[in-house]
Amino acid sequence: MDVSIEHLLRELTPQVLGTVVRRFQDFAAAEDAVQEASLAAAMQWPREGLPENPRAWLTQVAFRRMADHIRSESARQRRESEVALEAARTSESTAFETAPQEDDTLVLVFMCCHPALTPASAIALTLRAVGGLSTAEIAHAFLVPEATMAQRISRAKQSIKNSGIPFQLPTSEERAQRLRAVLHVLYLIFNEGYTSSTGPDLRRADLSHEAMRLTRIVHHLQPNDTEVAGLLALMLLTDARRLARTGAEGELIPLAQQDRALWDRQQIAEGVALLSATLPKGSVGPYQLQAAIAAVHDEAARAEDTDWPQILALYELLKRMSDNPMVMLNHAIATAMVHGPSKGLELLRALDSDARLAGHHRLDAVRAHLLEMAGDHEVAITHYRIAAGRTTSLPERNYLMTQAARLSEGPTSAARTAPPTGQ
Amino acid sequence: MKYILMMSAKKADFDWYANWSKHDLQANFAFMRGFSKELKDSGTFVSAEGLAFPDQAKIVRAGSSGEPITDAVFPEAKEFLAGYWIVDVESPEQAYRIAARASAAPGPGGTPGNIPIEVRQVMSGPPEELL
Repeated sequence: MDVSIEHLLRELTPQVLGTVVRRFQDFAAAEDAVQEASLAAAMQWPREGLPENPRAWLTQVAFRRMADHIRSESARQRRESEVALEAARTSESTAFETAPQEDDTLVLVFMCCHPALTPASAIALTLRAVGGLSTAEIAHAFLVPEATMAQRISRAKQSIKNSGIPFQLPTSEERAQRLRAVLHVLYLIFNEGYTSSTGPDLRRADLSHEAMRLTRIVHHLQPNDTEVAGLLALMLLTDARRLARTGAEGELIPLAQQDRALWDRQQIAEGVALLSATLPKGSVGPYQLQAAIAAVHDEAARAEDTDWPQILALYELLKRMSDNPMVMLNHAIATAMVHGPSKGLELLRALDSDARLAGHHRLDAVRAHLLEMAGDHEVAITHYRIAAGRTTSLPERNYLMTQAARLSEGPTSAARTAPPTGQ
Repeated sequence: MKYILMMSAKKADFDWYANWSKHDLQANFAFMRGFSKELKDSGTFVSAEGLAFPDQAKIVRAGSSGEPITDAVFPEAKEFLAGYWIVDVESPEQAYRIAARASAAPGPGGTPGNIPIEVRQVMSGPPEELL
């Protein structure tokens, strides 16, 4: 398909879907109708040219599909509500208003990221209903069969139907919490793409771009929410390093050894500008802090120029806000970089009793690195190998085994750089 | 996260299975079809394959010039893979629950077979940068 038509369709999908759901109050059926309308457009538009008003065209086709759907449903059940039938009748006879209601897209986002859904369901539904991706594309991105993804999406829609979530914005009391759930889903989509941007399937990287596109939409709709802006900045500043973080063979390259010439300067500048505009607005949250940490790394010309005291200060703040054990690990790394490895190792000992980290490879990986910094190579080797046995990431396992092998093969100078596990 | 669920058995177990009654076999086949449908309906299915019986299994090693040297002899105690499922789930516990379902596949007389299922995580791409 023509790329510009594809982009246009994906941009229009949530708007049209919003209009159709608002009209018919049946999200599951509306979603199917809009997918069919998009398919029809993808077939017709390249051949016959763009209609004068593409959104009105799509809305009209989707409305007709809904009318067909309601008729066949009521023929089967003979007890369809008058409201729906009336909507079906008028949708054909009147020139309905297609005035886009910006809030519709936001309502859709809230609906797809509803806490009643599992993360996997919310991700799939958001990519399809808001992102306008086809089921096949989403299945491909997650390396599962199309039928499996179709089933996952249909179950998600069923959950929404069963839970009776109305198609409206959350109340002001719920709003902040619901927005956090949205941001979490967007963050997960971003990571899914970011953590699998190597290997034979480069398409998975598209998930990061899709997450950034969706976050931009939410940012546009909620320009004053500082955490939305913080998440977008975090994505920009992290994704900017994508090309540098893996080598030609897909091997992991830790931050300190990355070729910084490969970092995307334009994206860094955009992320920094966004963050600088956001931080003074007050209400600093975890995404903004993480973005700030990413920015400090991105702004160092060389690894040794990294402003670790500032990173440590940011982790101190983050630690007060979040009970995430991974934040504690990164805080220990930053402490080691500022005050020396023994201070960092001391903090790690306190984490040994944290049940959430029990058996987690990252605790061993960080410990190995700090032990190496401290010159205790024998014990460092042991921990690199324990970590290698526990990770479920192939590139990371290769990296950790290589670290152990490097240390056991000969005396080299102790690493003075930060481990790859921390920002 | 993806997990592989592997069902293995000794040569003698395959021979035993081949001698089940028609009724027991059909119950077992029906269970497996239903199990597969459950995985598909729940949106967790990635792939599944059953393997041919080990009778024709060969051990292959490269010879001095890289040519295949096949060896059909295998010890009785060795476990052979009978088949596997790959599922995409949200937690290891969910994978264990699915494996327990497979393990409960009916044996002779409809009694659950309680066959051991080895559950292993499939390796993924590079780790995420941390939250």
